[in-house]
Amino acid sequence: MTAAQRTTVIASGCLAVSMVACILLLQHIDEIRPPAAVDDALYVNSPKLLKRASLGFDGLMACIYWTRAVQYFGERHFNHAASYNELAPLLEITTALDPHLLPAYQFGASFLAPNPPNGAGQPDRAIQLMRFGIAHNPDNWRLYYNLGFVYYTELKDYEKASQVFEEGSEVPGANSLMKVLAAKMAFHAGDLATARLLWSSTYESTQDSYVRANAIEHLRAIKVDEDVTNLQAAVTRFGERTGQLPTSMAELAAAEHFRGIPTDPDGHPYRLTSDGRIEVQNPDDFNFLTKGLPRGYKPPALPQFHHRE
Amino acid sequence: MSPRMFYIAFNTFREAVRDRVLYNLIAFAVLLSGAAIFVGQISIQIERLVVVNLGLTAVSLFGIVIAIFIGIGLVSKEIEKRTLYTMLSRPVRRWEFIVGKFLGLAGTLMVNTFFMAIGVFGALLYVAHKFTAPDALILVALYFIILEFLIICALALLFSSFSSPLLSAVFAFSLFVIGSFADDLRGFAALTHGLTRWLATGAAYLVPNFSALNVISAVAHAQPIGLQLILQNTLYALFYTAMTLSAAVLIFERRNLK
Amino acid sequence: MAAIEILGLEKTYMVGFWQKRPKRALQPLHLAVEEGEIFGFLGPNGAGKTTTLKLLMGLVFPTAGTARILGHEWTDPAIKAQIGFLPEQPYFYDYLTAHELLDYYGQLSGVPGKERKHKVEEVLQRVGLTDVKGVQLRKFSKGMLQRVGIAQAILHNPRVVFFDEPMSGLDPLGRREVRDLIEQLKHEGKTVFFSTHILPDAEALCDRVAIIHKGELRGVGAVADLTSTVQGKVEVIWHGTQIPASMKALGAECHVTGETVRAIVPEKQQDAAIDALRRERLRLIAITPLRTSLEAYFVEKLQHSQTTAGTRS
Ligand SMILES: Nc1ncnc2c1ncn2[C@@H]1O[C@H](COP(=O)(O)OP(=O)(O)O)[C@@H](O)[C@H]1O
Ligand SMILES: [Mg+2]
Repeated sequence: MTAAQRTTVIASGCLAVSMVACILLLQHIDEIRPPAAVDDALYVNSPKLLKRASLGFDGLMACIYWTRAVQYFGERHFNHAASYNELAPLLEITTALDPHLLPAYQFGASFLAPNPPNGAGQPDRAIQLMRFGIAHNPDNWRLYYNLGFVYYTELKDYEKASQVFEEGSEVPGANSLMKVLAAKMAFHAGDLATARLLWSSTYESTQDSYVRANAIEHLRAIKVDEDVTNLQAAVTRFGERTGQLPTSMAELAAAEHFRGIPTDPDGHPYRLTSDGRIEVQNPDDFNFLTKGLPRGYKPPALPQFHHRE
Repeated sequence: MSPRMFYIAFNTFREAVRDRVLYNLIAFAVLLSGAAIFVGQISIQIERLVVVNLGLTAVSLFGIVIAIFIGIGLVSKEIEKRTLYTMLSRPVRRWEFIVGKFLGLAGTLMVNTFFMAIGVFGALLYVAHKFTAPDALILVALYFIILEFLIICALALLFSSFSSPLLSAVFAFSLFVIGSFADDLRGFAALTHGLTRWLATGAAYLVPNFSALNVISAVAHAQPIGLQLILQNTLYALFYTAMTLSAAVLIFERRNLK
Repeated sequence: MAAIEILGLEKTYMVGFWQKRPKRALQPLHLAVEEGEIFGFLGPNGAGKTTTLKLLMGLVFPTAGTARILGHEWTDPAIKAQIGFLPEQPYFYDYLTAHELLDYYGQLSGVPGKERKHKVEEVLQRVGLTDVKGVQLRKFSKGMLQRVGIAQAILHNPRVVFFDEPMSGLDPLGRREVRDLIEQLKHEGKTVFFSTHILPDAEALCDRVAIIHKGELRGVGAVADLTSTVQGKVEVIWHGTQIPASMKALGAECHVTGETVRAIVPEKQQDAAIDALRRERLRLIAITPLRTSLEAYFVEKLQHSQTTAGTRS
C-alpha cells in the first residue's frame, strides 16, 4: 500500500467513525438538555429587547419562534404533559417579533385557552394574546371572532363574548354572521343551537384542515349532547307515564314513536342503562362530550380527530 | 508524530499575527469598556447580566468572523499564490499541511480568546467590584465558545480545500447560522413524513450543532451547567472536527494544484 | 542507477467551465536521467515542461504512468528530503523575511536545528543575497525572489534538484551566477534537471538535453554528439517545394516548410549545393553557417513536426 492509499484509508475510517459518534452524541445531548424552546422562554424576559437584538431579522425569528411554539405544544401534548408553562411566553415572543403573524393568535388562543389535555388551561393569557393581536391588527374581524370564542367556550362570559362579536361585526368586510352571533350571545348563550351556529360558522369560514377538523369534532359532540338531552327527556316522560323505566331502547322507541332506534353521528345506536341513563357506545370516539358518557369515564389523554375531510 | 504539523501551525499563527489579526482585540476592548462604563453609570441592577451577555456574545462573534475569514483562505490562497509548490515538494504530507493549518488557526483563536476572556473578567470586576462563585461558569461558556471555534475552523478549512474564498465564506457562514438553529432543524425534521423526513433528519444531524454549545444566557443567569453536558459537548466538538478534517484531507489528497 | 526515470507519465487536463473537454498537456513520456548529470529539458512555451515537473513533484496527478526518483517510487514521501525544487516564477510567504522562510523550509526538510542557522546564511551567500536581513519578501524584486527560490531548493543539500526556468527574471550577471552555481552543483555530485527555452544556457551547461514540443518528446541526446553532428555545416534555404536529385546526392537532410525548403549540408559541399539549385533554376534565399549546434538540433526537431503537419493538411 502506498503512503497516499494509507492516508485515504485512515481518513475515510476516521470520517465514518466520527460521523457515527457525532450522531450518537447528539442524541445524548438532546436528552440531557432542555430543548431550545424551553431554554428561550426561560431567558428571554423581554420580547421587545429580542426584537431589537434580532437586527432586522425579526420576521424570520418570529417564524422560528412560532414553529418552536407549535413543536413545544405538540410534544407536550403527545407526552400527556399536565403543564404548558412556556407556551404563553413563546407565543408572546413570537407575536412581539411579528405582530402581524395571524396564525400565532388564532392557533395560539386555541392552544392556550382549553383545559388540559386539550390545551394549556390559561384562558386569561389567551385573551391577553388576542387583545394584543387586535390592537395591532384592528381590521381583522377573525381575531374578534376568535376572542369572542374564548370568552364563550372557556370562560362562559356571554356578555363579554357578545361585546367582542359586536365590535368585530363593525370591522369593514366582517362576516355577516358576527352580528347574529352578537345577538345570540346576548339572549341564548347557553343553547346548544348557539354552539352549533358558532362551530358551523367556524367550519364554513376557514380553509385550514386543523380548524375544520376541530369544528367537526365539536359539531359531533353537540349533536350527541342534543340527542342525549332529547332521549333523556323521553325516558323521563316514559317514567312519568308508566311508573317504571323502559327496559330497552326498542321499548322506548316504540312508546315514543321513534322511526327506528336513534343512533349517534357514527351510526351506533345509543345505549340505555338499567338505571335509565342514555349513553354513547364508544365514548372514545368523541371529544368535548358533556353528556352521554358512562359513569366514571376518563377521556384518553390524547384527543384524536375522527372525521377527516 | 512528525513535528512538521507544528511547524506549519506555528507559521500559520505567525501569518495571522503579521496580518494584524490580533488588532481586533482593540475593537473588543473599546466595545466592552464602553459597555461596562455605561451600565456602571446608570446602575439598573443588571450590570452583571449585560457584561456577561455582551462580553461572551462579542467573544463568540469576533472569533467566528476571524475563524471564517482566515479559514477560507488557508488552502485556496496557498494554491492560488502557488506557495504550496515549495511546501509539497518537501517531506510534507498533504494531510500534515491540513492538520497543521487547522492547529495554527485554532491556536490563533485560543490566544485571541484568552485576551478577550481577561477583558470580560476585567469588565465584570469593574461593574460588580468582586467575583462570585457563579462567575466560574463564565469559564465553561468560554470553553464551549472555543469548542465552537474548532468546528468553525475545520469547516472553513474544508470549504477552502475545494472552493473559492468567497464561496467558502458563504458556505461557512450559512452553516454557522443553520448550526445555531440545529435544535429547531431537528424539530422540523420530526414534523415531516416519508422521504422528506429521512433527508431532513440526515441533514439535521449532519450540520454542526451549535445550539448545545451556546450557554451564554444560562451562564448570565447563573444557571448551573451539568458535567455531563460539558463532557458530551467536548466529545461532540472533537468528533465533529475530526470528521470535517478527514473530509478536507480526503479532498485535498486528490486535488491537482493549479 | 538512474537518478530520474520517467515511465510513461502523461497528463490530460479537463478544461472548460461547464462542458469539460480534455486537453492533452503531456503525451506518454519516457526519459531517464543518470546520477550526476546536468539534464536540460527544452521546449518552447506551452510545450509541457512545467507540467512534467509538477507531475514529478506530486503537485498534479498523472492521467497514467509512473516515475522513479533515486530508485524509489516518485510518490514515496521518503525521497522528498533528497530533492529540491524551484518552481517557475516562484512566490513565497511574503510576510516572512528570507531568513525566516529558509529556516521554516529547513525545519520542514528535516535540517537539524544546530545546522540550520549556518546553512541559511551559507545558501543565501551562495545565491548572492546579502543584506536582506529583516526585509520581508513582499519587498523583493522578481530577480531576488528567483534567487530565494534557488536557495530554498538547495538548502537541505538534496541529491537531485529540479529547476523550472532557473534563469528567467534574472539580469545577465545573475544568469552568469546561476550558471556557475549549477556547475558547482554538478561538481558536488548532484543531479540537476532543469527546464528552459533559452538554448545558449542549455548548451553551455548540459550534458544531455531532451526536446519536447506540444507535449511530445521530440529527441534526446548528448550535447557533445549533437555538436559533432552539426560542426561545420551550413543551412541552405530556397524557394519552392522541389528538392533536386543532385542535392539529395550531396547527402543533405531536406525539410519542406510551406513555400521553402531547408537543407543542411557540410560546409565543403556548399558550392556544389548552390550549383545544384542554379541548374534547376530554383531561387536561393539564404545560406547560413550553423553557429549553435543545439539551436540547429532544436529547430530541426520542432520543424520536423511542422513538415509532417504541413503535408497532412
Ligand atoms: N491547469 C491546467 N489546466 C489546463 N491546461 C493546462 C494547465 N496547466 C497547463 N496547461 C496546458 O498544458 C500545456 C503545457 O503547459 P506547461 O507545462 O505549462 O508548458 P511549459 O512549461 O512548457 O511552457 C499548455 O498548453 C497549457 O495551456
Ligand atoms: Mg513552464
